Amino acid sequence: MKNESSVQTREVSPGRLAWGRFVSNRVAVVCLGFLVFLYVCAPLAPFIAPYGATVNNLEQSFHPPTPLHFADARGGFSLWPSVKGTTLTDRANTKYETVPGTVYPLKLFPRGDPYRLLGLIPCNRHLFGVEAPGRIFLLGSDQFGRDVFSRLVIGSQVSLTIGLVGILIVFPMALLVGGIAGYHSGWVDTGIMRVSEIIMSIPGLYLILSLRSSFPTSLSSTQVFLMITVIFSFIGWAGLCRVIRGMVLAEREKPYVLAARGLGQGHFRTILRHILPSTFGYCIVAATMSIPGYILGEAALSFLGLGIQDPDTSWGLMLAQAQSHRVLVSFWWILSPGFAIFAVVLAFNFLGDGLRDALDPKMKDNR
Amino acid sequence: MKTYILRRLLQMVPLLLGITFLSFLLMSLAPGDYLDTLRLNPQISAERIEEMKRQFGLDQPWYWRYFLWLKNAVCLNFGYSFQYKIPVWDLISARLFNTFIVALAAMVFAWTIAIPLGVIAAIKRGSFFDRLSGFFAFAAISIPEFFLALLALWFALVSGWFPVGGLYSVDYDFLSPLGKVADLAHHLVLPTLVLGIGGIASLMRLMRGNFLEVMRAEYVTTARAKGLDERRIYFKHVLRNAINPLVTLFGYSLAGLLSGAFLVENVMGLPGLGRLTVEAFFAKDVYLVMASVVMASVLLILGNLFADLMLAFVDPRIRYEK
Amino acid sequence: MSEETILDVRNLRVSFWDRGVEVRAVDDISFTMKRGETLAVVGESGSGKSVTAMALTRLLPEPPARYQGGQILFRGRDTLSMAPAELRAIRGARISYIFQEPASSLNPVFKIRSQIAEVLRLHRPEIRDHRTEIIRLLDLVGIKDPALRLDDYPHQLSGGMQQRVMIAMALACQPDILVADEPTTALDVTIQAQILALLRDLKSRMGMGILLITHNFSIISGIAEKVAVMYRGKIVEFGPAAEVIRHPQHPYTKALIACIPKMGARQRRLQTIDHEAIA
Repeated sequence: MKNESSVQTREVSPGRLAWGRFVSNRVAVVCLGFLVFLYVCAPLAPFIAPYGATVNNLEQSFHPPTPLHFADARGGFSLWPSVKGTTLTDRANTKYETVPGTVYPLKLFPRGDPYRLLGLIPCNRHLFGVEAPGRIFLLGSDQFGRDVFSRLVIGSQVSLTIGLVGILIVFPMALLVGGIAGYHSGWVDTGIMRVSEIIMSIPGLYLILSLRSSFPTSLSSTQVFLMITVIFSFIGWAGLCRVIRGMVLAEREKPYVLAARGLGQGHFRTILRHILPSTFGYCIVAATMSIPGYILGEAALSFLGLGIQDPDTSWGLMLAQAQSHRVLVSFWWILSPGFAIFAVVLAFNFLGDGLRDALDPKMKDNR
Repeated sequence: MKTYILRRLLQMVPLLLGITFLSFLLMSLAPGDYLDTLRLNPQISAERIEEMKRQFGLDQPWYWRYFLWLKNAVCLNFGYSFQYKIPVWDLISARLFNTFIVALAAMVFAWTIAIPLGVIAAIKRGSFFDRLSGFFAFAAISIPEFFLALLALWFALVSGWFPVGGLYSVDYDFLSPLGKVADLAHHLVLPTLVLGIGGIASLMRLMRGNFLEVMRAEYVTTARAKGLDERRIYFKHVLRNAINPLVTLFGYSLAGLLSGAFLVENVMGLPGLGRLTVEAFFAKDVYLVMASVVMASVLLILGNLFADLMLAFVDPRIRYEK
Repeated sequence: MSEETILDVRNLRVSFWDRGVEVRAVDDISFTMKRGETLAVVGESGSGKSVTAMALTRLLPEPPARYQGGQILFRGRDTLSMAPAELRAIRGARISYIFQEPASSLNPVFKIRSQIAEVLRLHRPEIRDHRTEIIRLLDLVGIKDPALRLDDYPHQLSGGMQQRVMIAMALACQPDILVADEPTTALDVTIQAQILALLRDLKSRMGMGILLITHNFSIISGIAEKVAVMYRGKIVEFGPAAEVIRHPQHPYTKALIACIPKMGARQRRLQTIDHEAIA
């Protein structure tokens, strides 16, 4: 016998196989790691940010990023990084100059702006910072002298959660409605499909705008957040529901489902136990792939001034300041939230791609 | 085929009813109305406000207003804009052309680049080019369009090579016909790039996927067994089959671009439908917003119909007859 | 029938490589075909018979396929060492193919006329009047009203008709060998008989050899002069058809023949092959 190796095959569960395929995709694993890191950081954002998101200082409007120096007060070399003090020298052109001799060494866990850790525990320690008159602006400051890095870190909470909350609402809904529509074709199916058609026939951003209009213009940030998830769920279920319906429709006629029915299993149980699990792989991939949509949607709404409002922070809102040509040309660091959105969305796209290859090996050859 | 088109057009009627009803409902759920800003103006008397309220029909309940609007819309009368005091239709038709030009340019740009790139990536699968283009595609679909627009604007400002915002120069009306075309083309470069890049990425990946799939089809083996050379196999037998599914995208993505230009129009200051709608939205200019939504939806639906017809045209297996 | 040997396969070995793992599909096989002779290669799925057929003109995609050794001498020239252009001149002209699934073997977006014309244009450039020649070919394979069928697309024809079109395409250049890879498997039983009858008829009229690949012993009698039985990539039995069927030597051949359901035989179960016993 030549095929001796084939004799020694072990039984491996499909889940393990999928995991093995996923791990072999290095880019996807790196992206997963990156996202896990961000999600761990997000709840700790007020701690990681050196300043509060709303703390402004009009004397330091559009301050450029403060470089880290490795020198002590006398100008000698020092291993410990520090920043130099600056003053506004030209108010008209927003020019800053360093004040000679002012050195503020970086401090770990200094006291700073108060916040509530995880929204509960009052706290005023930050991961890093500098002594009071000096300020550290890793990514510069914005129009109102607020630290862009702090706002970026705290704003990540919005972008990172909006997608997860969105899919947690949309997917159960789409699975249920799509499952019912596909299984019981008839007037239920027709009705659901017509409604979803209407929703899908209105171009996305116009629909978002219409939906947005039914809410008051000024809302608190929490309310805005809830509103955005409701809007996106209202739009998102339609397309997904149709796909799931299609899959259920195809699956319904498969012999194993007919067999389950023939053995006397009830409708609900058949849908739940036999049909929906077959859509599982698709759902995981589709969920991952749909998260960028939520992130981009929130950013777009906030960018237009219809989402999160100042002084609260979100990546889209931060970018709105860049709409002024003067800001765009002179203060490049205002664009940094755009790169953050890009990085997170890219990571989700790569992760989704890796998951698809892992969960649907048939597709792999085409990618 | 004619009956099919007719049936599809008839299906549009309930769909449009649903769309308009939904948008009207949502718009009227909104707190406040167009007159809110005028009320804050001390120079306008309360009586005048009341008069305008009656004049605009804002004292009627929303369903009655919807009914009236619908009655007029059937006769293609979409009402007057509160802000501009001219028929909504005049405003929209002027802007629609601009949006259409930009969308069309982006589309042509995307297709001419994406199809060859996708084919090359498929033929040279696993090569450096394939991996590079794959990475580029992922990056391109991950950039928020309005951020890309900001970057383009930044580039225009810093380099000075391209006009900043707008579609026409100030002296556009005084240019020769050729000069007008050149001026428009100059203004179109950056918006086309910004709107087209996302399209290139997704189209390219789709083309590559389809091409690879068709390459494994049995009729490709047949073609090879006939003695055809690889070039003719790829560009005749494979390409024709691989491109068919993309044809459906053609109509869809044109309509998608019309509404996708929304944010880009706002950032780059293009006088298009999207920008008009956003401004009208902020001013609570209800009829203008309604008309834009209807317009965009009609374009989307017609785009889909057009796509289905195109598919029937290129794929002999599909015939819409019943 | 001349005694000229037209095809001589010597020690052919073909493997498929997937991420460093070798799967031997064809493992050191040799056989010969004389001009105008029909050889049936019989075996179950995965025995390597289709790979052998495809290997004759290097049709297998490389990678994953790799020709590990041996020679395929067609009229004394080794196809495995030919230049691509030379190989293309043989494909479809001297050695032509028909496949199992006529529905997916014809390109769905081209009319049958243009698919046949393609072969003519490629291998018989001297023909001016394609239309007449295509009608003649369609008539030859028993398609009624061929002139009316010219502008049909493949999906407008029945399975049997599609296979006839495939045969017409394969015969366009009067090949020396027609490789028929499971030509009847996807067809209804009545159509199967018609297609086999057609092949038998064409063979005697045109004097071409047929390499008939099949898993079904019952269809080869009356058409094949010789039989090669393949099992796990090897030829386990080779000889005149009548001889092999009447006196099978190898246990696998015996088992295969025993699997043919016989008319009137009182069997409660169909016979299956016990691989443990053979290996």
